[in-house]
Amino acid sequence: MTDIRAFDQTGEAGFRDYVALLKPRVMSLVVFTALVGLLVAPVPVHPVIAVASILFIALGGGASGALNMWWDSDIDQIMRRTCARPIPAGRVEPREALGLGLALSLISVAMLGLAANWVAAGLLAFTIFFYVVIYSMWLKRTTPQNIVIGGAAGAFPPMIGWACATGGISLESVAMFMLIFMWTPPHFWSLALFMNDDYSNAGVPMLTVTHGRKSARTHILVYTILLTPVAVGTAFTSIGGGVYLAASLVLSAGFLRGAWRIWKRDEAVAEADKYAVEKKTFRFSLIYLAGLFAALLAEGVLHHLGLGGWW
Amino acid sequence: MVTGFSEGHEIHKRRLGRNLGLGGALLAFVLLIFALTIVKVGEQPKPLSAKPAAVRQEASG
Repeated sequence: MTDIRAFDQTGEAGFRDYVALLKPRVMSLVVFTALVGLLVAPVPVHPVIAVASILFIALGGGASGALNMWWDSDIDQIMRRTCARPIPAGRVEPREALGLGLALSLISVAMLGLAANWVAAGLLAFTIFFYVVIYSMWLKRTTPQNIVIGGAAGAFPPMIGWACATGGISLESVAMFMLIFMWTPPHFWSLALFMNDDYSNAGVPMLTVTHGRKSARTHILVYTILLTPVAVGTAFTSIGGGVYLAASLVLSAGFLRGAWRIWKRDEAVAEADKYAVEKKTFRFSLIYLAGLFAALLAEGVLHHLGLGGWW
Repeated sequence: MVTGFSEGHEIHKRRLGRNLGLGGALLAFVLLIFALTIVKVGEQPKPLSAKPAAVRQEASG
């Protein structure tokens, strides 16, 4: 009986466990933003090459997710949010995750180079390196600014999508990068405000732990204020237009309002309503980013129809 | 000893699911490579650069 239990818990992961290693929810954001980057680019891409490129970018994102889970398996088993992941749950061996992550990294970069171009493949390789080595291995456990710098890894996909079409980097792709880069800190710090215990227990120097929640609330407001001109300013590049401008103004007003309300509150008030405003702002931040990229996509469609844009 | 699992045991189900999933992923990958090959082979070749053309003209003239 004991033998059967031991065998049951360790040796036999299901297919969905390996899929879970690739962080499918993060992957969906990668796919969406990379697709927008590719579709709003001024150079048309053959549909088959576009689909293949997005798939390989997603696979590269998944590979970095598997490598992150391999490296962070020790703290994942402490945190409530991550303890059910395949490695801490005992369904996948850490070395399996390492092998899968390395193999998928090589396959995704090589295939993106062959399918699209080597600039895009180089950016994908750098993204994987940045997320795994710079963020997971180095910054995550050493600095409370981990989210700020680590957010760059999540900001690369639209830039890679753009590079798939154009073969280079431009103001527009940097604008899309900056959107996600500046959005990540207020998004994650809103989450950290109501998941604080998790990070404290795991010893991750999240800003809420090292500098206190009041400081984190101020940081959320400051970053949201800094994000606003980036979001609205993108409207005046060649991928922007009236539709995007309207969307960015409305969404930025909503995000600023949430950040302002977070800043005005103290812990007693937040605890009294179980962090309702923080949770609401966190959820709104997801709508905010999805809304901005959807608006860019709408501008891209309008451009193709000869409408939209400013000139 | 781990022996004598019945056919319908959880382990067999998980193993089957994993094999089918991997098989499906590999098949999808093969089809994608095939489609990419068709597109890449069918692409218009890029025009030759100016210099070799000029060199060829000089050689023939």
